[in-house]
Amino acid sequence: MARRILTALVCAAVAGIGANVASAATLDDVKSKGFVQCGVNTGLAGFAAPDAAGNWSGFDVDYCKAIAAAIFGDGSKVKYTPTSAKERFPALQSGEVDVLARNTTWTINRDTALGFNFRPVNYYDGQGFMVRKSLDVKSALELSGAAVCVQTGTTTELNLADYFKANNLQYNPVVFEKLEEVNAAYDAGRCDVYTTDQSGLYSLRLTLSNPDDHIILPEIISKEPLGPAVRQGDDQWFDIVSWVHYALVQAEEFGITQANVEEMKKSENPDVQRFLGVEADSKIGTDLGLTNEWAVNIIKAVGNYGEVFDRNIGAGSPLKIERGLNALWNKGGIQYAPPVR
Amino acid sequence: MAIGVTNAPEKRKSSGSILNDSHVRGLFYQALTVIILALLVYWIADNTIENLRRANIASGYGFLNSRAGFDVGQSLIAFSSDSTYGRALVVGFVNTLLVAITGIITATVIGFIVGIGRLSHNWIIAKLSLTYVEVFRNIPPLLVIFFWYSGVLSILPQPRDAITLPFNTFVSNRGLTFPKPIFEEGSQYTILALLIAVAASFVFARYARQRQMATGQRIPVLWPVLGLVIGLPVLTFLATGSPLSFDVPVEGRFNLVGGSVIGPEFLSLYLALSFYTAAFIAEIVRAGIRGVSKGQTEAAHALGIRPRLTTRLVVVPQAMRIIIPPLTSQYLNLTKNSSLAVAIGYADLVAVGGTILNQTGQSIEVVSIWLIVYLSLSLATSLFMNWYNARMALVER
Repeated sequence: MARRILTALVCAAVAGIGANVASAATLDDVKSKGFVQCGVNTGLAGFAAPDAAGNWSGFDVDYCKAIAAAIFGDGSKVKYTPTSAKERFPALQSGEVDVLARNTTWTINRDTALGFNFRPVNYYDGQGFMVRKSLDVKSALELSGAAVCVQTGTTTELNLADYFKANNLQYNPVVFEKLEEVNAAYDAGRCDVYTTDQSGLYSLRLTLSNPDDHIILPEIISKEPLGPAVRQGDDQWFDIVSWVHYALVQAEEFGITQANVEEMKKSENPDVQRFLGVEADSKIGTDLGLTNEWAVNIIKAVGNYGEVFDRNIGAGSPLKIERGLNALWNKGGIQYAPPVR
Repeated sequence: MAIGVTNAPEKRKSSGSILNDSHVRGLFYQALTVIILALLVYWIADNTIENLRRANIASGYGFLNSRAGFDVGQSLIAFSSDSTYGRALVVGFVNTLLVAITGIITATVIGFIVGIGRLSHNWIIAKLSLTYVEVFRNIPPLLVIFFWYSGVLSILPQPRDAITLPFNTFVSNRGLTFPKPIFEEGSQYTILALLIAVAASFVFARYARQRQMATGQRIPVLWPVLGLVIGLPVLTFLATGSPLSFDVPVEGRFNLVGGSVIGPEFLSLYLALSFYTAAFIAEIVRAGIRGVSKGQTEAAHALGIRPRLTTRLVVVPQAMRIIIPPLTSQYLNLTKNSSLAVAIGYADLVAVGGTILNQTGQSIEVVSIWLIVYLSLSLATSLFMNWYNARMALVER
């Protein structure tokens, strides 16, 4: 309990300090220290997890690398700060991290009261349910009477109560404070259903003793737009973080990949030329406070959005999450980049 | 410092300078301590208020009337997501109280048995009791809870393969499911009959005792009382047409449906706290019995009192005087250790409060409620035990 009080007091204390730090130009700080300090998850397979040698990889981690590549031309100039759900906001407010790329849902409260800025959504998520195949459940509407494992103190817990009430279903909540405890309880069969963000379910399923025995139900009961967050009050830094995402999406739309980026520089298409900074007198990169090579550097470091998605959480990964809403706008999804002009 | 002054002889004053006056020095240091303490409290309070203001966090207890929005798995009183945060805290408080009271009763029973077992002349019983005490006393309570939760209860079968016990009772990893009695019209007479029988038994026992005191004649008490307490309610029950039915658990799609459930979270916490605290109580009981002078037993034997009566009438009443004060501490420990429930997801006061704290951000208010509730619970236990201790104390004439 002491820790919780401490956290609360520290949160309150750093909120004040954060205001001062935010006024400094984050880009200059990052350039002078020589790396990006990136707040990531403590370990969620596919999004951010360290391997045995301590090398981080994942969808969110690639965003950290892309930001570093845009600034330094080198995707390895990142230092990672693993943060729990509770620690993440104080870490960003206090200036301990430069950017938070940690499965964080964009909500109005976080955008305003907590003093953060969100813009691009790099993963459109929603709360889902996972059950054992042996129960032969096809829809969440069949879950009446089930025991549901959920992490306490999350929006997930509230969405769950609302969903079951709205559909007039009975359930028995089994709540734990830590994600690991929820996993263990579900794996041990203490509950029939596990609910959290759907991407999280895909990731957590891999950690169960028999991943193939479980299915994720089709229903999505909430909107969870996840994206990188920065402190309010530094528009230049906010622009860089936002446009790194848009560059990744735009690269996919143009068909520019990690493999063909050098070749695409010779493209005749003026849009592609402008995007890759080979147009004469191009000022797009320098206006951002970066070099004209910024987009090329990003793509060289991590590939385009589609490649980042597939490699970490999509078809090319053990998670095998479908693109769904995260497909490009012209391919049935809602990922869309404003024009680079 | 004040004590130093009273012991100080008169001659101190002769040294003249006020700086050397131990009385003045004492006052100075006491005043200094109070001022530093006051400044510290002021600084913390001021800092907190300032930080809350900066973080735009509204303080106050108004949030207790807002809709909670979450559900609680285990609740003795009606609760839904539409209930208020205040009611959620009451649910948590009742759950804490439940585990504390049942735990105290069980720990006392086990503790007395093991404590007396340690003094047994039977080698096996004495060594078993010794092992019990040493094992449970030397493991942190949290590990004992995990032992029961993860080691014992979670490896029980799934509800559809539940172990069936007599009377439609089932044991599974969802807990103990048993038929829920439903009291129908007329069942209040049975309860009334039971109350009458109990009251009558007390009167009868008192009469028998007074008669023995007055005349020396003993009337058998046990059998008439048993007959009264069992017989009268059973007769009433049959006479009113057996107004009782059971909601029997049946296998549903996911769980056993119907009946009453005691969840594995409660069971683990209850068993762990009982077993853990019982080890300490056993040692207290042993110390209490050992603390009664051997001469007392010998004197009783010399008067021709039989061994069993010696224990009951001579040793135990004196041992209780040694046992009760440390026993109170163990009861308080058990109540406070119940907050470890948060580790296994039992919805006690701390777990529910933690959820509310996360949802509302009202950390100071929730923490203050925790402090007040635990303080009140502990003080109430202490008061009761002090009253009991005073009753058991040696009556000096």
